[in-house]
Amino acid sequence: MNIVVCIKRTPDTETRIRLGEDGVSIDPSGVKFTMSPYDEFALEAALQLKESRGDGEVALLSLGGEKTQETLRQGLAMGADRAVLLQGDPGADGLATAKVLAAELKEMDASLILFGMKGADMDQQQVGPMAATILGLPCATAVSEFQVEGEIATCHREVEGGLEVLELDLPAVITMTKGKVEPRYASLKGIMAAKRKPLETKAAQGAETRLMVKELAYPPERPAGRIVGEGPDAVTELVRLLREEAKAL
Amino acid sequence: MADVLAVVEQRDGKLRGVSREGVTAAVGLGEKLGGSVHALLLGPPGISQAASELGRFGAEKSLLGEADLLSDYHPHRYAVAVTEAVKSGGYEAVVFGATAQGKDLAPRVAAMLDVPLASDVTGYDVVDGTVTAVRPVFSGKAFATVAFSASPVLLSIRPNVFQAREREAPGTVEAFAPQGLDSGSQGVRIKEFQASGGESKDVAEASIVVTGGRGMKGPENWEVLEDLREALGSDAALGASRAVVDAGWRPHGEQVGQTGKTVAPKLYIALGISGAIQHLAGMRTAQTIVAVNKDASAPIFQVADYGIVGDVLEIVPRLAQEVRKLKAGD
Repeated sequence: MNIVVCIKRTPDTETRIRLGEDGVSIDPSGVKFTMSPYDEFALEAALQLKESRGDGEVALLSLGGEKTQETLRQGLAMGADRAVLLQGDPGADGLATAKVLAAELKEMDASLILFGMKGADMDQQQVGPMAATILGLPCATAVSEFQVEGEIATCHREVEGGLEVLELDLPAVITMTKGKVEPRYASLKGIMAAKRKPLETKAAQGAETRLMVKELAYPPERPAGRIVGEGPDAVTELVRLLREEAKAL
Repeated sequence: MADVLAVVEQRDGKLRGVSREGVTAAVGLGEKLGGSVHALLLGPPGISQAASELGRFGAEKSLLGEADLLSDYHPHRYAVAVTEAVKSGGYEAVVFGATAQGKDLAPRVAAMLDVPLASDVTGYDVVDGTVTAVRPVFSGKAFATVAFSASPVLLSIRPNVFQAREREAPGTVEAFAPQGLDSGSQGVRIKEFQASGGESKDVAEASIVVTGGRGMKGPENWEVLEDLREALGSDAALGASRAVVDAGWRPHGEQVGQTGKTVAPKLYIALGISGAIQHLAGMRTAQTIVAVNKDASAPIFQVADYGIVGDVLEIVPRLAQEVRKLKAGD
């Protein structure tokens, strides 16, 4: 079974964000970039599926700049077999990104296409189901775990107040959220092997961008708070403040 | 025409809270665009009661799509129905709620209509006829203003940000029968819904969130959090820090912060949470933040409006008690 995992290079979630001078992007200096954490969940799921079946390949696909090669090598070191980099700029328009990826996915002919539920940068949570719609494939989003039996993937999807269970006929698209499995670390052997695995780079087919970032700003500053007191005796005053001052109770 | 359509959501025949907020947000956008506001409600036969409620929040016309094929949320069928409504109404903008369903549905509709989508929006404006939307990025560490150069404009709004407002004149309800509904599964079959137990609201939708972290010392101590949640009433939900979820104490559905949910409740109570940058990103837009932690230098106190330094296990039962006392006096 052939699986494609679509990944994105994003700032590490520990990173403090500083705005760039252009006013529409972040200052990349000193920022550690890595694979978006949701994409790691997707890649781990793909690797486990391949291992349990003992056949097929796991290919990586990414739209990004030249440095995205590092992120793809990171995925190859975790155990993916090959990678394709579409060189271009994934901007704010998720549909434009989905079109570029879908055009390549059509050529890759996979039984299963996995995405992270969202990129840890723009947080749009939309590229996976958009690509699936363009390709006319069944799709489940925000899936915490799934099983494949025969030509059917049974997915557990997180919704408010519970889990929805749905079946998809393969080929299908699944976007992954955090589940029970921890993404593996690359072993030294994996890192060495990754250097020899195929990484194909080509120019992304352009898609028109119709959603643009006009301004990037820091979140509104919160006014300085205060320590009401120490220990359980401070609770009475806290509740009074929540009722009378904050009007939150 | 510059009309706005709010795509709303029901569960068991009842409107979901974000639906009222969605109509209110659509009203504000309609005023800026100079158009009327309509709402679209899909579901099984027998939900007209929910549709008639939409008028109270400003929908001049509510399109009611009742059909057996729309009983459960089926992503493809719902996307087909919404796309058809948007095309036939010639809307200038479409507002979804950024719920589990809205986040699944809106991107599919966007792809079918071939227009971009701004997800999880917290504000909007119309400048020289161009719609702009404000939305958190990098898990709330920054806010981006994005501008559309396509029509219709598609937005999904973050729950709890737009306050639902009633207006006096009720609107009309009109039947909507999508032509393109296919009884085939399109390769997607909804099998079952497993409720996570309890009547509590989801953490992303609740107006009060009580979140426990490592300082709670163990999963057995969640009884005291559950008791506080009960004392706060049915609008309160439990949340958990990433450390607690990773340790297996609580389910991932409760996780607040990056790789979990981003929340914007009226009141956020952080108990035994130090305040890692990923956690702060997920809750810093709450209106009022309370923190209880034994370490006075914990970063959570930098974003908290009110803090108490001390042992959460001593303080939380007292807090539940005081809240009950307060509510009994109301």
